[in-house]
Amino acid sequence: MLSTNININVLWSLGGLYAILLLASLIALIIKKSHPDKDYTELIQRINSWWIIITLFSLAMVLSHTVSLFFFGLISFLALKEYLSIIPTRRADRRVLFWGYIAIPFQYYWVSLAWYGMFIIFIPVFIFLILPMRMVIIGETKNFLHAVGTLHWGLMTLVFSISHLAYLLMLPEIDGFNAGGAGLVLFLVFLTQFNDVAQYVWGKLFGKHKIVPKVSPNKTWQGFIGGVLTTCILAVLLAEFLTPLSQPMAIVAGLMISIAGFIGDVTISAVKRDLGVKDSGSLLPGHGGILDRIDSLTYTAPLFFHFIYYNYY
Amino acid sequence: MKTINKFLRFLFFAVIVRVIVLIVLGLNIRHREKLPKKGPAIIVANHNSHLDTLVLMSLFPIRLLPTIQPVAAMDYFLSNPVLKWFAIKIIGILPLKRKPDHRGENILLPCYEALLNNRILIFFPEGSRGEPEKLSNFKRGLAKISEQFPDIPITPILLHGLGKSLPKGEALLVPFFCDVFVGDGIKWTGDRKSFMDQLEQRMQQLATEGQFSTWD
Repeated sequence: MLSTNININVLWSLGGLYAILLLASLIALIIKKSHPDKDYTELIQRINSWWIIITLFSLAMVLSHTVSLFFFGLISFLALKEYLSIIPTRRADRRVLFWGYIAIPFQYYWVSLAWYGMFIIFIPVFIFLILPMRMVIIGETKNFLHAVGTLHWGLMTLVFSISHLAYLLMLPEIDGFNAGGAGLVLFLVFLTQFNDVAQYVWGKLFGKHKIVPKVSPNKTWQGFIGGVLTTCILAVLLAEFLTPLSQPMAIVAGLMISIAGFIGDVTISAVKRDLGVKDSGSLLPGHGGILDRIDSLTYTAPLFFHFIYYNYY
Repeated sequence: MKTINKFLRFLFFAVIVRVIVLIVLGLNIRHREKLPKKGPAIIVANHNSHLDTLVLMSLFPIRLLPTIQPVAAMDYFLSNPVLKWFAIKIIGILPLKRKPDHRGENILLPCYEALLNNRILIFFPEGSRGEPEKLSNFKRGLAKISEQFPDIPITPILLHGLGKSLPKGEALLVPFFCDVFVGDGIKWTGDRKSFMDQLEQRMQQLATEGQFSTWD
């Protein structure tokens, strides 16, 4: 059942994730005990959801490539569904939206074939051209531009971007580097998510100067810079273990992931603010919806992918 | 045959309905704890889609399945033998006539009987599936039932999103998250008008809880 080429470093890293989770759960338990008057429900729910997310993610990484692709495809589907449920849509476009969903299995099928050319143009070119045509056939012109624009933005961020995670797994082996695509995915996903947490913690501790007050009033320069530094240090420490990156390259990757992760986060915040919703859904108790969790990845995944692709292929 | 149908019903709800409702659609449930824990009870919801029934039935634990009966129009669901088998044996509807055949016939009698058997009845008092995502006027049959069973709680549930996923007259299911808002149960108030007013007010109140994206 286990994927035969799963690397020991990857397994160690997954073990490390569980150690961090265990630590987080213990700390949450201790502060809950020491402050019985305060309500820590959300924090505890958040950590509990992490247990489930990380378990599903670990299984997806360890079992086989097919399972991993299904896992990332499912994430794209759930995220797109959440997005299409919170944005205004037109009654006339039901069938067009259906075509949008159909793009997901196709996109991940190209990934499974490791057909790079198709993977990289399918949504930005073919789907981009086909969906407006489908709308024209239906013939509703009121809010046409809005409808076609929002749908394609959703497909680009939630299907095209996220599918880059899956394609990392399909990249051919690099000489002298053992952790493989799974190592790269783990490196990227862990740093992206940890960067979120680090920015939050640094912001809570030292936050003073707001960075994008109109979009996300809780985000501060102190949190952002603290997050960038923490992520860069972790990137250097983990790169040797999980990636082919040299030390300077690891710093560049750390900078890229932390800065782009922040931008992805506030971009989805801007969307939610525009729509007047606090959370994108309720799929992950304590986090909100799935969009709230993968917001940073929508930016870091394609950038990190091309960073690797450009430098090694 | 009876056991086979029972098994098929269980399989349908435990597997197919759960995959459709939880993965293809996905639910945002608010106040799940306000659902009745056992029969006799009445659930009242707005009706925009065939999916409404499946979603409402999936809110309850599978062990309550044998006690749940959606009340549905006899003329529509019993119109052909296959649909009839599916509606009665698999979904488990309680078929009701829209109009009495003769003067003095009480078309609500099957409901009374079911409630006496501790069933959980699901009602769509709007009559048939209305305009997607709009509340139409509730029918009066429910008031008569509540008058007969003043102690049975009536739990209002507002559904949103299913009229987008599978509206009337469409066969293509398009995935959207479905909002399910469970309200506080109400009981018989003493007269039909104030009862219906209260129920409609609860439904409107539930509708204001959500922030629904536009769909025009």
